[in-house]
Amino acid sequence: MLSIRNISKTFNPGTVNEKKALDNLSLELKEGDFVTVIGGNGAGKSTLLNAIAGVYPVDKGKIFADRIDVTRLPEFKRASFLGRVFQDPMMGTSPDMLIEENLALAARRGQRRTLKWGITEVERENYREMLKRLNLGLEDRLSTKVGLLSGGQRQALTLLMAVIKKPKVLLLDEHTAALDPKTAAKVLEISDQVVNENRLTTMMVTHNMRDAIAHGNRLIMMNAGRIVVDVSGEEKKNLTVKDLMDMFSSASGSDEANDVLLLSGKNA
Amino acid sequence: MSFFTSLLNATPGAVAQGLVWGIMALGVYLTYRIMHIADLTVDGSIATGGAVCVMLIRAGINPIVAMLVTLAVGALAGLITALLHTKCGIPDILAGILTQLSLYSINLRIMGGKANQTVSVDKYNLLISQRYVRAMNLTNPIPLLLLLIVITIAAMYWFFGTEKGCSIRATGTNPNMARAQGINTKNDIIIGLMISNALVAFSGGLLAQYQGASDINMGRGAIVIGLAAVVIGEGVLKKISGNFALRLLGVVIGAIIYYLVLQITLQLGLNTNDLKLISAMIVAAFLAVPYWTKKNAKGGKNA
Repeated sequence: MLSIRNISKTFNPGTVNEKKALDNLSLELKEGDFVTVIGGNGAGKSTLLNAIAGVYPVDKGKIFADRIDVTRLPEFKRASFLGRVFQDPMMGTSPDMLIEENLALAARRGQRRTLKWGITEVERENYREMLKRLNLGLEDRLSTKVGLLSGGQRQALTLLMAVIKKPKVLLLDEHTAALDPKTAAKVLEISDQVVNENRLTTMMVTHNMRDAIAHGNRLIMMNAGRIVVDVSGEEKKNLTVKDLMDMFSSASGSDEANDVLLLSGKNA
Repeated sequence: MSFFTSLLNATPGAVAQGLVWGIMALGVYLTYRIMHIADLTVDGSIATGGAVCVMLIRAGINPIVAMLVTLAVGALAGLITALLHTKCGIPDILAGILTQLSLYSINLRIMGGKANQTVSVDKYNLLISQRYVRAMNLTNPIPLLLLLIVITIAAMYWFFGTEKGCSIRATGTNPNMARAQGINTKNDIIIGLMISNALVAFSGGLLAQYQGASDINMGRGAIVIGLAAVVIGEGVLKKISGNFALRLLGVVIGAIIYYLVLQITLQLGLNTNDLKLISAMIVAAFLAVPYWTKKNAKGGKNA
């Protein structure tokens, strides 16, 4: 479904701030794979997702979605086969627009925007049904401005917008990191629900090792722009946080104790 | 007493001026409030609209046709700014300034190298004229201006409810989200700036007919008047309604209030040379007060 072949990305090349974010990285995702991505700060997790989404071009390598080469496609064109949820709850929605208008925008992803009315009555009913299933009470607030919602509500809405067009690949970039633990758990639960219902191929970046183990059928760990651990199936099911910590230490070397600490700290 | 009679005498003029500038202010509202771009092209494109309109009418073109041409010319000015911004990576404010500056030379060329060109209502069949502003018949400019305002607001209300209009609104409030939803944000910025400057140039054409001349300096400070209309309108209608059409109407009302206040200050004996200073102070005050009140009211976070 998604095939990443030998991509590299260096930020600020030739300067003192040069940072190799992706280093000859390759990854194959089968249809229906739900991959959790972990790694320390600066490991390249977000860069990987942004490279897939086309936020910036890669220096070399190729990206295929459903066997189509999308390496050179601009961000807005790739959106037709991608769904994305960001870390910042403010980033995925338009605060000045109504809940129904945000959903209607997402429902037209990959289509030409015409001079037809931006939302139909039939859509409204659909949206109400979809929102009802989130159990957040949003179904009665279709004409509320999104700016008035809480961070968790906005992330749940962004999730709905991301999957409304059944994307080929769903990219979740630490989408619960900015939420309080209870809300984060709720949004994760909704994520699982929509991914399972739609059998979406998914990549979820997380800082939380327990979440990384509990969700999905495959787990990859990144370090210095490379994939250093890739486990799936039974092996992944039997993973423990301690296993992951050990893997992380051996993969990254003992001098990166800070990152290990950071990861375990987020686990509490 | 004479103060009030003279103010009363000046009111129709202020209303007509406010309506003319109201169309321009609707264009400013589009860029400033919907697209979140401070587009400084308008100081140039309003004068371009005036220049084109006057020169065409002088050449014997029907004023209605001339007004349609001002729409197109304004859109072209907006296109230049938009291309400088989206295709050349120039920050939006600077792109607007560059277009505005170059339009000064272009406007002079349009007006045959002269700093102003007159178009007398005696010689030409103008759509509106200041002369009849107190007339009690159909030569009065106010009915036509009201009609144009209604048409403009209706058109904007319709357009920003369409799929395309919604995508432009999304581009304005959150370009990241817009791109993630497959919206070509650069295209949207181009369309928005073109529509905005078309309205501004149209208003310039009306203004030139209204005062019977176009002037190379008629756009100086136009953006400030447009912003004044936007912020005054919002200040006045703040608590009334969230309806989009009413907000647009508020902008026009803001323009009228601006000209009424201006008339009052003039009647009070203020020097016309100080007008620009006063305009700037009005806008600064209307922008600063909400900021201060918000800052003081800040307690909870928006999460």
